Amino acid sequence: MEYIFIIIGAIFVNNIVLAQFLGICPYIGVSGKVSTSVGMSGAVMFVMTLATIVTYLIFNFILIPLDITYLQTISYILVIASLVQMVEIILKKVSPALYQALGIFLPLMTTNCAILGVAILTVQNEYNLLQGVVFAIANAIGFGLAIILFAGIREQLDLVDVPKGMKGAPAALVVAGIMALAFMGFAGLV
Amino acid sequence: MNKVKIIIRGIIKENPVFVLLLGLCPVLGVTTSAYNGFGMGLATAFVLLMSNLVVSLIKNFIPNKVRIPSFIVIIASFVTIVQLVMEAFLPDLFDALGLFIPLIVVNCLVLGRSEAFASKNDTFSAVTDGLAMGMGFTMALTALGALREILGSYSIFGYSFVEGDGMLVFVLAPGAFIGLGYLTAIFLKIIGER
Repeated sequence: MEYIFIIIGAIFVNNIVLAQFLGICPYIGVSGKVSTSVGMSGAVMFVMTLATIVTYLIFNFILIPLDITYLQTISYILVIASLVQMVEIILKKVSPALYQALGIFLPLMTTNCAILGVAILTVQNEYNLLQGVVFAIANAIGFGLAIILFAGIREQLDLVDVPKGMKGAPAALVVAGIMALAFMGFAGLV
Repeated sequence: MNKVKIIIRGIIKENPVFVLLLGLCPVLGVTTSAYNGFGMGLATAFVLLMSNLVVSLIKNFIPNKVRIPSFIVIIASFVTIVQLVMEAFLPDLFDALGLFIPLIVVNCLVLGRSEAFASKNDTFSAVTDGLAMGMGFTMALTALGALREILGSYSIFGYSFVEGDGMLVFVLAPGAFIGLGYLTAIFLKIIGER
């Protein structure tokens, strides 16, 4: 039951993009086409789950015993940056097809604040490892849901006659606002 | 490059928020009031200024292959400083900004300026650029924070000027996107991009 609350909370109620404002750069930047946004959400799910597991272990088995939790930010970002590099190298060798699909999105992961954000939130919410993994996967699904829906709307938006001043980014931001308004309907669900 | 040009570019022509659309997470996340926006802007500006300074000073000693991890460590150190100082002296602001303080590390604006400007230019230009981009960022956050505070709670910097509760939607998440969308359109119109 507790896991269902975490899942529904992360996907709908506190959607990582539309309610928590994490991962806005890829949300605005790579949402031009549905196909690229699907690739992006795949990469996010992969890295977010791995990063949450590794940072959880680091926090509980290195930072806490040594009493150096103030190094959280530095150690997390270093771990995430090297993890992204490692995943890239391994994927290239092991699964070239998956590497082709995720390839260009992987380097962007280092500066995706959703990854670091979820890793820090897992610690802040005092989840255990399994809860943390569920939380990460649910947040990745929430990210995927938001960005794929948004990409679908933006593909249509290109065909519409938008006022000259609002073309491009401004119109996209207002559309994102309306989506956030729709997601507010889930408030109070859990 | 001419210093005046660098300043005008950072604040107006390549305003990090309205023109470059960089580092939007804190822009949308913390601007529920003008004060929060201003505080977040200053914190980011400090990190930007200091990391630009350090990166430009040691750019000749960093091997090209490990430059991105080195920049990230430099930025993360200054973010930790900001985090500890703010927690000690401005606990209210620290609570309000919450998660977005450690997330300055992954603000693409900070890393972007280190990579694109500070690592290729002399120290004085890099500091000027950090200052200008920081000012542009702070102004954008304060403007959006003020807009949302005025419409959402009928007050500015905490001083209420009309009785009543305001339009709640502008304090909540959707108002951030919609407010930024219209501000961007207005800004682009004023600087003559549209």
